[in-house]
Amino acid sequence: MRLILNRIFLIFSTFAALVGLFFLGWILFTLCVKGLSGLSLDVFTKDLINGGLRNVIVGQMMMSGVATMIGIPVGILAGIYLQEYGGNSKTTEFIRDLSDVMMSAPSIVVGTFVYAIVVVPTGHTTGWAGVLALFILMVPIIVRTTDDMLKLVPIELREAGIAIGASKYHVTMNIVVRYAKAGILTGILLAFARVVGETAPLIYTSGSSEFWSTDLTDTFPSLTVSIYNLATMPDDNLVQLGWTGAFLLTAMVLLINLLGRYSGKKKRS
Amino acid sequence: MKNMMEVKGLTFTYSGANEASLVDVTLPVEKNKVTALIGPSGCGKSTLLRGMNRIHDLYPGHTYKGVINLLNADGASYTNILDIKKEADLIRLRQRVGMIFQKPTPFPMTIFENIAYGLRLSGIKNKSDLKDIVEQSLRDAALWNEAKDRLDHDARGLSGGQQQRLCIARAIALKPEVILFDEPTSALDPISTLAIEEMISVLREKYSICIVTHNMQQAARISDFTGFMYLGEMIEYDQTDTIFMKPSKKQTEDYISGRFG
Repeated sequence: MRLILNRIFLIFSTFAALVGLFFLGWILFTLCVKGLSGLSLDVFTKDLINGGLRNVIVGQMMMSGVATMIGIPVGILAGIYLQEYGGNSKTTEFIRDLSDVMMSAPSIVVGTFVYAIVVVPTGHTTGWAGVLALFILMVPIIVRTTDDMLKLVPIELREAGIAIGASKYHVTMNIVVRYAKAGILTGILLAFARVVGETAPLIYTSGSSEFWSTDLTDTFPSLTVSIYNLATMPDDNLVQLGWTGAFLLTAMVLLINLLGRYSGKKKRS
Repeated sequence: MKNMMEVKGLTFTYSGANEASLVDVTLPVEKNKVTALIGPSGCGKSTLLRGMNRIHDLYPGHTYKGVINLLNADGASYTNILDIKKEADLIRLRQRVGMIFQKPTPFPMTIFENIAYGLRLSGIKNKSDLKDIVEQSLRDAALWNEAKDRLDHDARGLSGGQQQRLCIARAIALKPEVILFDEPTSALDPISTLAIEEMISVLREKYSICIVTHNMQQAARISDFTGFMYLGEMIEYDQTDTIFMKPSKKQTEDYISGRFG
């Protein structure tokens, strides 16, 4: 009886796994087929207005990059506070819980929030509003990974640092954070990968532009928002460009994820 | 000769605990001698040792009562280390009273940096000075021959025994007056243990040593004085020979003859 149950269970779980894999494969296959056919040098050298994706790719990377640059110090310092200085106080637990909730907050909610507090008062969409929305999305991820990674550092290492006459600050910065460096870096890369593919936080905040721009105080070109726009265009060439953009985005996110995993695994020489 | 350190009437309570973990403990640490602390698990010997460089203060809320004296540089007067309040003075204390832990704790840096790190913090910045002290410390810790060609390698690539000797080198590089060993060989194989024991008997010439050990044979082999602790109290303290041959308390005799603990 148990053997039969076991077998039935195995069949069901294998089937479920196959269903999941099938759809994933289908998505990737469609993306590759439709996306690759539109891939040409023009995609990278021309702006959206001339039938390329150069400005929106650069725009997407710029907004995600700036959000990451601001998010790294804020997130890491908050993580250090939680693990090294906060103790078990109520504040610490509150911040930790808040970060967990924020991590699973729907990105459209964050987008709407930034729209309400930045875009509505100023009257127009800006790159900075997009950066802010992405920043809000990624900080909790960095906070929690830093927190978790520092938790893995053996307590003896902190004591050994104190025992050779290092101050708490030196122990934290030079020993504890260095020990957890690979894990924190992985967290940053995964956080970047998460926001670089976001559409919802950007639709109302940065909007998207067809022209080349590096001015974050104005409506800013975005790859994800452009894909969304292009997909509903009546012109087949523009729809094709949308597919190509989707393919490039997927490849980018995949690459960053792999990089994150690789850097997490590579430890000690 | 003056004692290097003197614990007098120390009562210590962990944060949030109802009962004291150390009760009215007294222990002298004689200069250039090895003092061993033995006793069953949970008897308070590590707690005592960790009070002697105030590493307990890493966690808030513990309470000390009593006196822990450390001989001043003049060789005559004492400072009660429990009176130290300022972070900078605690740092200075830990440079004078070094500590070796049960598990080897190499920092995530190169072998050279592991030793140079503490030196830089203590104010030694000159490159050639650093190099000299690192070499001398590694020689004193019997690690130089194994490590000299890989000073720029990550210290975590060393074996467990080598890592522990690196930790000793790191401690003695700071020229401490006292070195506290907290079960330094319990995570090591017999050969590495022997190497560490031999080193301790050499280090005695320059430093005053206090060692906590689970291994009674180890205490008998390497120490000059032994304190037997039980349930947070110092039951008996005497010359090691006396403790092991003619203990005056029944509890001590029962413990060293293996009848309990």
